[in-house]
Amino acid sequence: VLFQIMELCGATRLGYFGRSQFYIALKLVAVAQTGLPVRMESLNTVKDLPLPRFVASKNEQESRHTALYSSDADNPASYSGVIPPPPPGRIQVKKGSVSHDAAVQQRTSTDQQESTSPVVSPQQSPPTSPHTWRKHNRHPSGGNNERPLAGPGPFWAPFSEVQPGSSTSSDPIWSGHSPPPHQENWVSFADTPPTSALLAMHPASVQDQTTVRTVASATTTNEIRRQSSSYDDPWKITDEQRQYYVNQFKTIQPDLNGFIPGSAAKEFFTKSKLPILELSHIWELSDFDKDGALTLDEFCAAFHLVVARKNGYDLPEKLPESLMPKLIDLEDSTEVGEQTGEVGYSSSPAEAPPSKSPSMPSLNQTWPELNQSSEQWETFSERSSSSQTLTQFDSNIAPADPDTAIVHPVPIRMTPSKIHMQEMELKRTGSDHANPTSPLLVKPSDLPEENKMSSSVKFTAGNTVTDGYSSSDSYTSDPEQIGNAVTRQRSHSGTSPDNTAPPPPPPRPHASHSRSSSLDMNRSFSVTPGQQQAGVVTYPPAVPPRPQPSQGAGPHVHRPVDADGLIAHTSTSPQQIPEQPNFADFSQFEAFAASANKEEDDEIETHSEVSQVEKPSDSAGSLRVAKADGRVEDKAPANVPTSAGKGTTPLAPPPKPIRRRLKSEDELKPEAEEHTQKTGVIAAVLASQPSIPRSVGKDKKAIQASIRRNKETNTVLARLNSELQQQLKDVLEERISLEVQLEQLRPFSHL
Amino acid sequence: VPVSVICSPPQNYPLYIRSVPTENELKFHYTVHTSLDVVDEKISAMGKALVDQRELYLGLLYPTEDYKVYGYVTNSKVKFVMVVDSSNTALRDNEIRSMFRKLHNSYTDIMCNPFYNPGDRIHSRAFDNMVNSMMMQVC
Repeated sequence: VLFQIMELCGATRLGYFGRSQFYIALKLVAVAQTGLPVRMESLNTVKDLPLPRFVASKNEQESRHTALYSSDADNPASYSGVIPPPPPGRIQVKKGSVSHDAAVQQRTSTDQQESTSPVVSPQQSPPTSPHTWRKHNRHPSGGNNERPLAGPGPFWAPFSEVQPGSSTSSDPIWSGHSPPPHQENWVSFADTPPTSALLAMHPASVQDQTTVRTVASATTTNEIRRQSSSYDDPWKITDEQRQYYVNQFKTIQPDLNGFIPGSAAKEFFTKSKLPILELSHIWELSDFDKDGALTLDEFCAAFHLVVARKNGYDLPEKLPESLMPKLIDLEDSTEVGEQTGEVGYSSSPAEAPPSKSPSMPSLNQTWPELNQSSEQWETFSERSSSSQTLTQFDSNIAPADPDTAIVHPVPIRMTPSKIHMQEMELKRTGSDHANPTSPLLVKPSDLPEENKMSSSVKFTAGNTVTDGYSSSDSYTSDPEQIGNAVTRQRSHSGTSPDNTAPPPPPPRPHASHSRSSSLDMNRSFSVTPGQQQAGVVTYPPAVPPRPQPSQGAGPHVHRPVDADGLIAHTSTSPQQIPEQPNFADFSQFEAFAASANKEEDDEIETHSEVSQVEKPSDSAGSLRVAKADGRVEDKAPANVPTSAGKGTTPLAPPPKPIRRRLKSEDELKPEAEEHTQKTGVIAAVLASQPSIPRSVGKDKKAIQASIRRNKETNTVLARLNSELQQQLKDVLEERISLEVQLEQLRPFSHL
Repeated sequence: VPVSVICSPPQNYPLYIRSVPTENELKFHYTVHTSLDVVDEKISAMGKALVDQRELYLGLLYPTEDYKVYGYVTNSKVKFVMVVDSSNTALRDNEIRSMFRKLHNSYTDIMCNPFYNPGDRIHSRAFDNMVNSMMMQVC
């Protein structure tokens, strides 16, 4: 499968190493993991893939495999950059493995074998690590996209093999080399640490990585942030290292809260045999408050940099975030990360590892679980919207816990709604259900829109969302569904009130309908006004806005609100239709209307699916209403004992307008042909309406407003229709009189 | 456009010299070096107030050439000389002062570094970055 994925990615793109390609690979992995066939289409259709689960840093063998995979090359880049929300935990785990933290944890707890393995492996070959690191450094310089797998691969392989216990000395080395000298090129930086981590990772981890990547792809912006934070991670001081540094600090300055004077620090660091120039630079970096003395944090940072330098890593141009002293108020994200990290360190190095280790394993463990992953993924996607949260997330190992903590409380609310919105907007068909997740995945930025959408979503989606999602086949990922379900439920709950809202509209259309019906019926229907009205009265309530109708395409989503008016109107038409079977022209329409009405009724009950998304159905509804009115009115004149031509004439214009109108409206298209009775005016009026409700993001108010508009239009059209009918009658009468005169004159002419 | 910056201790040898336009660099070096003498004159002229936040030399050295030379001296007699292109009329006195202040701060930071021996040439990357950013900013 992996090969398949690789081929797919490679086939679609130039190089597998490209980040985008990597993301694709990740997605494919996720797809594969979810059991779907690995195809490019799956990427697009299965949008809500659960993050590919990588047994991140769990299986060393896998990591090795992954290292071999070209994806590794991408991984490093993507990992570092990507650190997508969900992956962050993972990545950090991996990075943790890469970083000292992981290493430390590994040492501290064998339980974390897997997670630590990546770290261990690198550590284990400390002598080689500098090599690789340097190589990696060079690699990154070569280009972000092109990561020579081969290079890192072989290196890593030996690393993975070597897994002896790592000495503390290796820690500094390891830690030193975690951050490739890359100073600004986080990508390259990411490369090295991730590659190392990757190597340690098992093939399964590849999947994880892919998941991470997919997630990352979802949140590119976050990735950058994460990368920056991930960048810090390599610079992070492991607990053991920290302890070591603290001990050294004590030898110089017994008071941990005190300062090390510059001179003493100078002597101390001179012992490291680094060139003065570099020591000077290290000092500049670490003496953050520029007071000429080193606090414990500053000292640790300086020591860390010294260690890194000794291991061959170039010094960064600026102090890595993880090394900055707590007191410095940096950006919130960095600060938080720093503080959390620093606090952990300062408080007690011993404690830090445990916290990290549990977090890491827990994170790892949670990852495999779809639910969590989905939730995390979702939360991450949400987080992606806020860079702050992301950075925090990344920079700390502990983040695993916070993540989980955050995951739960954070209602994915928006995403589901957003998904709904997107879904609804994008497609009305059931197949769209699969897509909703993709929008979610791909558009973290959409989250902000959720608020706006939520209302509309609620309004429209409501039940449909639940139904749609539950029934969606595309949701293969349980977690996704679960998460979505959860969110959906939340949204549903939110929407349910809205769903109830649509019912109120029925009375409104009812009233208007009655008005229009009274207009039309009083004028034209001598026989059935009462019945029609009664029918009207009965129908509107029975017709809940939502179900649309039918008219043909079942899936058409009918705007619930508009449907009210429509349904009310249409309901009348069915009634009238049966009553006027005389018109062959109308028969088809009547049948159609009847069926439509029936369908509407049925759907009214169900309310489900239909993607209420179809707000445009408002226009359709209005259209239908108009049509219904037209029908009614057409029938009225038809009732009048005029010639059949009369019936035909009205039919002729109506079809055109209807068609025109229908074309403008998606849903009504199939119905357009059916409806043949609309005057051109009405059609024109209706045509204008479709544009109204099209906008998906309507709020309920907008929908209701459009409904009112439609109703008003309906009444206007109805009146117009009646007037035209009247004119038609007059004209016919005139014609009759003229004919009579003609006949009278004829005999004269004969004479 | 500060084309050149130099800081020198009382011994009048440059601890740090940086020019933006790489061509004619030698000319600027010569200019700033000669301007050190002018600064010394100014220092000796005023007995008590040794610290001049700034000294403005307008067309001092070569009136025909369109650049100005500014000077600044610290309490420890460390002189900063800056050559600015006159075509850059946007440079106001306050800006020059702020630039000197930044230079001074950076220099102080360098001094704080225990690994820095006073009198050594300044190789600090932070200092370089600061100077570069300053010069770019004015360009």
